[in-house]
Amino acid sequence: MQEKERGSTLAAPTASAQLRTLPGGTETRISIEGVDFYYGRFQALNDIDLKIQDKRITALIGPSGCGKSTLLRILNRMYDLVPGSRAEGRVMFEGENILTARNLLELRQNIGMVFQKPSLFPMSIRDNVGFALRLHGWKKSRVAEAVERSLKDANLWEEVKDRLDAPGVSLSGGQQQRLSIARCLAVQPKVILMDEPASALDPISTLKIEDLMARLVNDYTIVIVTHNMQQASRVADYTAFMLMNPENRAGELVEFAPTVELFQRPRDRRTEDYITGRFG
Amino acid sequence: MSRNNRRLLADGIARAIVYAMALLALVPLSLVLLYTVANGLPALTHLDFFIHVERPVGIPGAGVAHAIVGTAVMVGLASLMSIPVGIIGGVNLVEYGRARVASWIRLAADVLVGTPSIAIGLFVYALLVAPFKHFSGFAGSVALAVLMLPVVIRATEAAVALVPGGLREAGLALGLARWRVALQLVLPAAAPGVLTGAMLAVARAAGETAPLLFTGFGNRFFTTNPAQPMSALPLIVYHDALTPYPSLVEQAWGAALMLILLTLVVNLASRYALRRQIALAGKL
Repeated sequence: MQEKERGSTLAAPTASAQLRTLPGGTETRISIEGVDFYYGRFQALNDIDLKIQDKRITALIGPSGCGKSTLLRILNRMYDLVPGSRAEGRVMFEGENILTARNLLELRQNIGMVFQKPSLFPMSIRDNVGFALRLHGWKKSRVAEAVERSLKDANLWEEVKDRLDAPGVSLSGGQQQRLSIARCLAVQPKVILMDEPASALDPISTLKIEDLMARLVNDYTIVIVTHNMQQASRVADYTAFMLMNPENRAGELVEFAPTVELFQRPRDRRTEDYITGRFG
Repeated sequence: MSRNNRRLLADGIARAIVYAMALLALVPLSLVLLYTVANGLPALTHLDFFIHVERPVGIPGAGVAHAIVGTAVMVGLASLMSIPVGIIGGVNLVEYGRARVASWIRLAADVLVGTPSIAIGLFVYALLVAPFKHFSGFAGSVALAVLMLPVVIRATEAAVALVPGGLREAGLALGLARWRVALQLVLPAAAPGVLTGAMLAVARAAGETAPLLFTGFGNRFFTTNPAQPMSALPLIVYHDALTPYPSLVEQAWGAALMLILLTLVVNLASRYALRRQIALAGKL
């Protein structure tokens, strides 16, 4: 009983998340249709259907092993790095099926990704942001503009503008994560995937990342994986709750709804158990 | 004795053993260095040593300029041949290696590392000397390159394998091509280890005598032309050290010291040239 109370108060959605959700639905940006995913013979995801809304934040939540990170990595085909993995079904983005996309380089420029660890390049702050642009053949002056713009968009410019040539790794953990977001913004993606972007950060740095997401969503579509329900309730417009099927251990989508609804009036008993802290 | 005191005593003993072993390991290194410096320094005090070539015993003003240049040319050519190929090979093993193929390449490299250097010299003799009926500095450098290659491959592989996987993912997620991620992101991150491997190979090649005996062969005269037979510092040591003439023995010690100094300079210079990259990669 105690557990239930604590869970429900902490998970109460904030006003901002409610506000953004209210003006009705937008267009679908990515349409996930009947996706199964396998690592070798092990089925990791079973029949996932999910519509990612344009210029909204969609959170994927669920206990460890439910396949939320796997689902995120399908969207930019990062799973290709794992030998023996394969996906079935369709993931439609701009009229093309991501699962059969030929040009992965273009796909990943359109659908960027921010990881749990910043994984900065062994370069200066400036080069961390500009590296990909230089390799894509941009002119020096354009790269410099894009570096400044991206750092401003990532709320980092004021803190680093006087030391752009310092190594990226000399920054604090929270700054490093914002630098990795700036690096992602520099290639001008349309969708940003975030895989537990704040789970290694202190509470203040976490809030800065969440504020940043609330700003970025005006221009970008964001999908975030988080094991932190409160974070989902604070930042996300839509939330998808996933769970591992105890019989075949494949991840399944239990419920997908506007965040306010999912947290206040969950339709599925398992969703309610999870968000009230009864398991997971 | 209380339990805590026993633990402190055990800690003290363990620490003493570790320090003693570390000191013991330094003994042979410092003895070799001191002995070579003490015996080799007199030769290096004459300018003749650096600007003249060998002279018959008894005639003053002999030097080893031809051997210094020969070592520089042959080791330099060998480095140009083996280091780029070895680095790319090592990167390939980690980044693209399919298990079966990679394990065969690893085995081949390991066997090659363990191959006696005189066998490599004989192989290059059969390949590049016998058919042309002519010893050459080029043949010597090929023999040294064969010697260096597996060292560079395995050192690069080990260094690249230690680069965190997150760096690759971060690069690929930006839409960068895989070969660019491998060569322009992962390899620079592995720079310190790769450089150490390359320098190890250079030092080993510079000190080898056996592969040069029937390839570079040696030459009493000054030449910078790798089509000619060429002398090298280890060959001077080999030929002169056991002669009964004090002047030649002094020259051999001088050549040995010169060899140590040359590898030291190459090592420090390359570290200096890559200092920024090494500092950045060290913080990953």
